[in-house]
Amino acid sequence: MKLVTAVIKPHKWEDVREALETFGVAGMTVSEVSGYGRQKGHTEVYRGAEYDIALVPKIRIEIVVDDADADDVVGIVVKTAQTGRIGDGKVWVSPVETVVRVRTGEQDASAL
Amino acid sequence: MDGYYAFMLVATAFVLMMTVPALALFYGGMSRSKSVLNMMMMSYVAAAIVGILYVAVGWSMGFGGDGTFFANPFELLWLDGVTTDTYIGVMFQMTFAIITAALISGAVADRLKFSAWVVFVPLWSVIVYFPMAHMVFSCTEDSLVCGRIGAQDYAGGTAVHINAGVAALVLVVLLGKRIGWPREQMRPHNLTLTMLGAGLLWMGWYGFNVGSIVFAGEEGEAFTERFMSETGRTFANTTLATMAAILGWLLVERLIHKKATSLGAASGIVAGLVAITPAAGAVNLSGAVAIGLAAGAVCAWAVGLKYKLGYDDSLDVVGVHLVGGVVGTVLIGVFSTAEGAGGVDGLLYGGGFGSLGDQTLGVVVAVIYSGVLTALIALAIKYTMGLRLDEEDEVNGIDLVAHGESAYDLHSGTSGGGSVLAASTAPAAAPTATNTKTEGASA
Repeated sequence: MKLVTAVIKPHKWEDVREALETFGVAGMTVSEVSGYGRQKGHTEVYRGAEYDIALVPKIRIEIVVDDADADDVVGIVVKTAQTGRIGDGKVWVSPVETVVRVRTGEQDASAL
Repeated sequence: MDGYYAFMLVATAFVLMMTVPALALFYGGMSRSKSVLNMMMMSYVAAAIVGILYVAVGWSMGFGGDGTFFANPFELLWLDGVTTDTYIGVMFQMTFAIITAALISGAVADRLKFSAWVVFVPLWSVIVYFPMAHMVFSCTEDSLVCGRIGAQDYAGGTAVHINAGVAALVLVVLLGKRIGWPREQMRPHNLTLTMLGAGLLWMGWYGFNVGSIVFAGEEGEAFTERFMSETGRTFANTTLATMAAILGWLLVERLIHKKATSLGAASGIVAGLVAITPAAGAVNLSGAVAIGLAAGAVCAWAVGLKYKLGYDDSLDVVGVHLVGGVVGTVLIGVFSTAEGAGGVDGLLYGGGFGSLGDQTLGVVVAVIYSGVLTALIALAIKYTMGLRLDEEDEVNGIDLVAHGESAYDLHSGTSGGGSVLAASTAPAAAPTATNTKTEGASA
């Protein structure tokens, strides 16, 4: 199994969720996060004083999937979250050793 | 007369609304989330203190007789001898005293001890504001600004705005900068409050300016004629100047900073209202627009001066009230018309430099009087009880330290993740309730 983690622009979140559901992803964990990459932050001006706002709001999606689905899920996120402009975000895949469904105790593939 | 009395009841309530809650909202939104309650409290407590003090000696010092600087404080002590059918005039002037003191609070955000504010406000009102109100508003023969110099000030460009602006400047110089200013980011925490406050100030200002009509003993038809024509003029001038100032401020912002901001619009409203305050009765519609535009543009530039000169006027009381007050008061000398309340032509209407000179002299008197006496009061407090919070209390936030409260209880559910991260960049974590009790003593 793999953990796919995606950090995307907030306004792309609905598109990504729809595409993932259509693909058959059964669940995900989503959080509103702040951070920055090459995009850096932005500048705000209050009564002529410039403020550098370092952190940019993003959506982080975490999905545990079968090994076989990982590349497809990454592909879907990249395709739907892409605007082509700086700040589109990142997707990464990491190995997962074990998954347990809390309600039943089922493990791994049957727990997804 | 009945109509005028009803009008004054409304105007007086409107001017009180300018402090509670309009100014508190305007300033509160611009302060940081750890000090918004203290910022609002400074307005509310000023209303309570100055209001009672005004009835005690304020009315008597302002309007109890003649005098260059003030009238006999004991003549009408506690409104002795004032009949209740003239109380509304007292109440109207009281609301001016309240907002003038409250205006100063915007300069001292985050760091002035609340106890020092509670002592400063009554001293400043008695020593600085009540006399200034006499010099400008009583207009007795000997009164310095109105009677002797003959400067026009319809509703308080000198007595209210220049006065408060100079006091703010003096106070912040003696108080010092906030810890971290200007390196650390201290942006406004809630501009929706500021927008709301600015809108309410605009509304309340109709009471302030239009209610400032003074009659010269007219009766019957002449009274009605004067009442209607002058209130129409001051209402329209107040409106147009404010609109022009919004545009003036936004234009300067757009040109210099590439964005027209909501804080700019809110600030433009106040700058325009400040500038038209002395001039509301003196100018025609074009003059009002010109003064508004000038105030918006000049104040938008002036709020940047504190970074160049290094004084931490936190919410720009100097840049908006002192500068806006000077713009409006001096420009009367240019745009005033003989049909106006002062009956004097300004430079533009062939009146020469006479009015311009009187207006400038009025400004100079207000600046010197307020500057010197505010400095003495502030120094006296500084070297007795102290003006400033402890460093640790300032960092923890005056809301917790002085009032034992925090303005917001924001939970970090799914929707609050971003704000939790943002909060962790704030200067320090909030102290626990038990810590507050022990640290609160110094405030």
